[in-house]
Amino acid sequence: MTDTAFNTVQASGSLRKRLMITLIGGTAILALILFFIVRGYAAQIAQNGQDSILEASVSSILDAAILRDGSVEIDFPYASLSMLDTLEDDRVFYAIYQDDELLSGYATLPRPQSVTDRAAFETLVFQETPVRLASASRVLIGASERTEISVVVGQTQDALSGTLNSISRNVAAFGAGFFALVSLLSFWATATTINPLQRLANAVKRRGPQDLRPFDKAVPVEMVPLVSSLNTLMGRLDQSLTQSEDFIAEAAHRVRTPLATVRSYAETTLVRVTKSENRAALRSMIRAIDESSRAAGQLLDHAMITFRADHLDRQKIELVALVQELVTRLEPIAQMKDVELQLTAPLPVEISGDPILIQNAVRNIIDNALKYSPSDAVIIITVDAQDRPKIQVCDQGPGFPPDEIATLTNRFARGNNAKDIVGSGLGLTIAKDVVAAHDGTLEIFNHDKGGACAVLSF
Amino acid sequence: MRSFIVLGLMLISFAAQANDWEDRQTFSGATPTKTLRILSSTDTSLFKSIIEGFLVENPDVSVEYLVTGTSDIDNIFRKSPNDFDLVISSAMDLQLKLVNDGFADKIDQINHPQWAQWRHSLFAFTIEPAAIVINKDAFAGYDIPQTRQDLIQALRARPDFFTNKLGTYDVRQSGLGFLFATQDARTSETYWRLMEVMGALDTRLYCCSGEMIDDLVSGKIAVAYNVLSSYANARKEIQDKIEVILPADFPTTMMRTILMSKTSENTVTGTEFIKHLLDIQSNSLAPAESLLPALVSAPSQQTISLEPALLTYLDALKRRNFITEWERAVIQ
Ligand SMILES: Nc1ncnc2c1ncn2[C@@H]1O[C@H](COP(=O)(O)OP(=O)(O)OP(=O)(O)O)[C@@H](O)[C@H]1O
Ligand SMILES: [Mg+2]
Repeated sequence: MTDTAFNTVQASGSLRKRLMITLIGGTAILALILFFIVRGYAAQIAQNGQDSILEASVSSILDAAILRDGSVEIDFPYASLSMLDTLEDDRVFYAIYQDDELLSGYATLPRPQSVTDRAAFETLVFQETPVRLASASRVLIGASERTEISVVVGQTQDALSGTLNSISRNVAAFGAGFFALVSLLSFWATATTINPLQRLANAVKRRGPQDLRPFDKAVPVEMVPLVSSLNTLMGRLDQSLTQSEDFIAEAAHRVRTPLATVRSYAETTLVRVTKSENRAALRSMIRAIDESSRAAGQLLDHAMITFRADHLDRQKIELVALVQELVTRLEPIAQMKDVELQLTAPLPVEISGDPILIQNAVRNIIDNALKYSPSDAVIIITVDAQDRPKIQVCDQGPGFPPDEIATLTNRFARGNNAKDIVGSGLGLTIAKDVVAAHDGTLEIFNHDKGGACAVLSF
Repeated sequence: MRSFIVLGLMLISFAAQANDWEDRQTFSGATPTKTLRILSSTDTSLFKSIIEGFLVENPDVSVEYLVTGTSDIDNIFRKSPNDFDLVISSAMDLQLKLVNDGFADKIDQINHPQWAQWRHSLFAFTIEPAAIVINKDAFAGYDIPQTRQDLIQALRARPDFFTNKLGTYDVRQSGLGFLFATQDARTSETYWRLMEVMGALDTRLYCCSGEMIDDLVSGKIAVAYNVLSSYANARKEIQDKIEVILPADFPTTMMRTILMSKTSENTVTGTEFIKHLLDIQSNSLAPAESLLPALVSAPSQQTISLEPALLTYLDALKRRNFITEWERAVIQ
């Protein structure tokens, strides 16, 4: 019952997934930011490169401007445009103005307006293509006049965007590599983080049901509160288990002791009483006390068995020795009834199980055989390991009432042959529950030659 | 100021002769359904075999081959880019500017070495040095000049003989002449001294290599400077009369280029034609099918490279300056 409660623990998300998602998602965002920053930076550097060449071109044209006899001559060098040669063969445009009047070049070329006396730059669309423009001006002073020469030089951006594309590709590859690497790292990090938790879970799972010692292995700081609460919980559980075991023993004791006292009073009184109807009353009183005592004992055994079966404490046990010990203990009762207990066990048989439970089960079966078989009979007990380890008990009595055989293992079920025999109807139930807890079966049947047989197989 | 007038006159004359082609021929395949219009500065005779080879593979095409000068090509094509599918020119600077200005179509499926193409739009298919070509008779008994410096000395040694017997490009008219002149001037001061000497000897000015070679053969001139060696070498019958000298100091070398108009409606055929042309010309071992010089690998330092700096001398101010200086040296 407790098992199912634990199995239905609600899971909400996974720590591992959450960690992975946070790490990988964070990395993806970082990689993207990195990509855009580096790309933007590269774009700016590339643009600065183009700008400085354009500026150099503009100033080399301006430098060539001279006033000769009142007219402007600009014999600009071949290098002014030669320096604008690019790998992508970018188109080049220029215009030269004297006091806002076109001297030469492309008349429709737009002019970025210079705010300061330094060169002005602007990207504008000219002839349907984006063109980077640089412009600057210079004042020429002649003998009698002043005139302002301004020059605009423009260049398309094919090479620039080619460079940018290749930078973008490189940066993207770098970003992807970074992402892959960090993803691997986060797998690793997640695994190392989750491992202590996993180890703790395994340690809990591996423990036997009776093992309620506190965990003493070192755990990461973050898990200390969890483990210490777990330890406290287990401490409390251990305590309450001990308490309930104590309670069961205490209860059995408390019920049986007064009953025993009452019984002994009744017996003493019986000796003294002579009236026959009084004696009969006292006899049935003693009988009722025996029934109650027996019922209390069996009930407490049954409760104990139910409890231990839930927390089965398996250990290696040898069945032959176990049965032998029981036989030795029951020998006095058998002798009183002149019954012989005959144990046949050719080889030791080892199983893993709870010895207290198995002892209890076998004792109930042998007890039945003693109770329901006549005097001077033999009870044959066999322990062997053919197919499965099993203990068989057969007597020479009248056997199980055949019409009731199917229900005899039910709680409080007694056969019609048991009217005069003290009992509570829990013996076979206890035996059945014990073998069931060990994944075994209890079979009861009547022998061909008469007599009841019960087989516990594990 | 004078140069402005000359420039203006040039422009007017361009407009007038816009459709006066130097040559205009139509080559038809077996079953022509579409026409590829090629605007070119290369003489038909040098291109004929390439076109015919193309038509054998593409019988459904006919090719209209229109020849005019390099400056003309630039003017005509800028005015009506829809009228032509392909543009072939030896003026690399004008071609590059056409691409830079967005007139050319990008052809990504053509695989051409980086140094021989620009923006996958302009493809070089020859490597041709500019040469000094002389009439052998004029130098009988004299040392044959190997460098520009040698040439200057040779001219100075016999000024009377060479007066009126020199020829070079009129850079105001010829785009290729302008390209050669500006690249020469960029490389060495010797160019300007040579021009001053030639100017002092009343050099004749030409629009095209072909005419210069004709006059050399006829003996009208004795020396032609910056002639395309390919044109001189192509005419086998005159090899005993002339000698082609690649200046040992620095042979200025240009690459003939082709581009496809952005507005062309025959892009597939145009691409096929460019592929066909580049296949033949890149096969440096034996361009048997072609009279044009092959596109040999590893261009020398003197090969004008396809780069935006080619726009430099096309700048109005730079061009004006250069032509003023050139006229000061040559026309005097
Ligand atoms: N060896 C046997 N021979 C004949 N009948 C038997 C034998 N063993 C058990 N029975 C029948 O089965 C019934 C149930 O047996 P069980 O041991 O469960 O109860 P009980 O012997 O009556 O009481 P107790 O709890 O004191 O053992 C008995 O009442 C009896 O009728
Ligand atoms: Mg019994």
